[in-house]
Amino acid sequence: MSDSLVDVQQVKKHFPIGGNQTLKAVDDISFSIQKGETLGLVGESGSGKSTLGRTIVGLEGATSGSITYKGKDVSTLGRKEARETNRTMQMIFQDPQASLNPRMKVMDIIAEGIDAHGLWKGKKRKERVFQLLERVGLQADHAKRYPHEFSGGQRQRIGIARALAVEPEFIVADEPISALDVSIQAQIVNLMEDLRQDSDLTYLFIAHDLGMVQHISDRIGVMYLGGMMELADSDQLFQETLHPYTQALLSANPVPDPAVTNSRERILLEGDPPSPVNPPSGCRFRTRCPHAMDICSEVVPEWKEQQAGHWVACHLYNE
Amino acid sequence: MERLLEVEDLHVSFKTYGGEVQAVRGVNFHVNKGEVLAIVGESGSGKSVTAKTIMGLLPKKVSRISSGVVTFEEDDLLTYSKKEMQKVKGSKISLISQDPMTSLNPTMKIGHQIDESLKLHTDLSKMERKSRVLELLTLVGIPNVEERYSQYPHELSGGMRQRVLIAVALACEPQLIIADEPTTALDVTIQAQILDLLKDLQQRLDTSILIITHDLGVVAEVAQRVAVMYAGVVVESGSVEEIFANPNHPYTWGLLGSIPKQRQDGARERLIPIEGTPPDLFSPPKGCPFAARCEYAMDICVEKMPDSTYLTTDHASKCWLNDSRAKKPKEVAMAGRSR
Repeated sequence: MSDSLVDVQQVKKHFPIGGNQTLKAVDDISFSIQKGETLGLVGESGSGKSTLGRTIVGLEGATSGSITYKGKDVSTLGRKEARETNRTMQMIFQDPQASLNPRMKVMDIIAEGIDAHGLWKGKKRKERVFQLLERVGLQADHAKRYPHEFSGGQRQRIGIARALAVEPEFIVADEPISALDVSIQAQIVNLMEDLRQDSDLTYLFIAHDLGMVQHISDRIGVMYLGGMMELADSDQLFQETLHPYTQALLSANPVPDPAVTNSRERILLEGDPPSPVNPPSGCRFRTRCPHAMDICSEVVPEWKEQQAGHWVACHLYNE
Repeated sequence: MERLLEVEDLHVSFKTYGGEVQAVRGVNFHVNKGEVLAIVGESGSGKSVTAKTIMGLLPKKVSRISSGVVTFEEDDLLTYSKKEMQKVKGSKISLISQDPMTSLNPTMKIGHQIDESLKLHTDLSKMERKSRVLELLTLVGIPNVEERYSQYPHELSGGMRQRVLIAVALACEPQLIIADEPTTALDVTIQAQILDLLKDLQQRLDTSILIITHDLGVVAEVAQRVAVMYAGVVVESGSVEEIFANPNHPYTWGLLGSIPKQRQDGARERLIPIEGTPPDLFSPPKGCPFAARCEYAMDICVEKMPDSTYLTTDHASKCWLNDSRAKKPKEVAMAGRSR
């Protein structure tokens, strides 16, 4: 894996929640992100996908494990190198309403990263912001306005411009379209695809909308209760689904086509996901798994490459 | 087919500091007996306001119903007094709201919350009511009903709470259930459980359901008929098969183009978003509200709101392109979206 941009090895992120208990938001996850690809990350709420994204960009410190970015372990970087790494990794947030400071003008919101890294000053800085606004489909004179003057889709464009301002190479997009209407979602997804091509970006795209994730991603990882269940090329994941959880998730996803809806068979999962404070022993999915065996409660299934590029953690595929 | 509910020419507006918002501007649709009708639209299209108007839940002080008829059992619900409406609500028409976290009373045991409408609308004894509540909890798929009966909402998960809300709605065997985004707050696997439950109940109890959603996937999953709303108007309505296979209105094309298609050959098609944003309903356009975002807009579209054209007896669309004088764009034929 010479061209992997980010390499995540056995990363755990546990939060102490008092009473000597820990919430295992991310529990022993290993995978890598190739340069120039879009890796989609899906999972239900509480599966730890956002925490994983935040841990990778360094907004949370990992409890254990290592994150290697461009061949260097991010935890061992010196101050100067860490700053540079921070510049090249940016994040787009879910809620464009909450992630923009309502008391700052768009100009200063977008230029905040430019100022922090001392990239451009004065006229250059201004020109850069105008250029960014136009690149994300807004107008230069929007720079004088405040976030409340924009619609949800426009605000998300501002959030994207802010992430792009410092010329990043890797962007973690945490549910960037979940808060938007269907027709606006398509605008933002198209914009993100164009930007990736133009600027050679690598994305970690976190979402729960399977249709959109399949559309935008080269590969998809499926998370459940803090663990990675399956990771594969996106077409392969949909066509040759291996993990029972992925199978259930795909069959639960409402497809906007009545012909498909009426013809397919549903795998209904019983009950609710267990608490990540006290996950089941062995395989974390076994309590809801239709194929659970004795071994599933005893041994944690190994995360292994079942077929070339197709990773899965399930005892069904162990000899 | 027998019509259970019919909404005709409904206009609703709200007074705000910024002026009057015309949220619903002439809505027409009907729900047949025993069917599921989905109203689909984006935020601000007026779909929830329509539901609230039917239920008589609009805030009296700031809202105004300037015209319209809501016929239910041959009576106009809009003319009902508060007392008369009270008798209909919960017993003949009931509501399942979007957010199961906030629509249950956190200080009341769930059994008592289901019991509330039984107490109000039936003359069953206390014992009979309790057994009916347990029966309802079982019906909506809640395990250990005896134990659950005396639990509080915070002890249940989101999916379980939504099941409780459905039990509340079903308590008096209503003829019509209005479900306002019933699965939006839930995860997909739980959403699948709830949608299957609604479909199953509708078939078993022969209830009609009016489901409000923004998710075309949910529409395809549960509904038999669809009404597409945009800027306070139903722009197209028809059977689910018709709307998905043979959509007529450019806004419906836009909605369908905005969602990724199922890929058969692995090739990725670029999404076709609808450019621009919905109109400002403080001063709605006098013509077609979609004209400003429509690729096929003609001069007339800006001037005058088109009437409904009936493509089949049940498939109606409000678009000037259906006028015999309109030039048919080539793309129209293609927009039938080959799948």
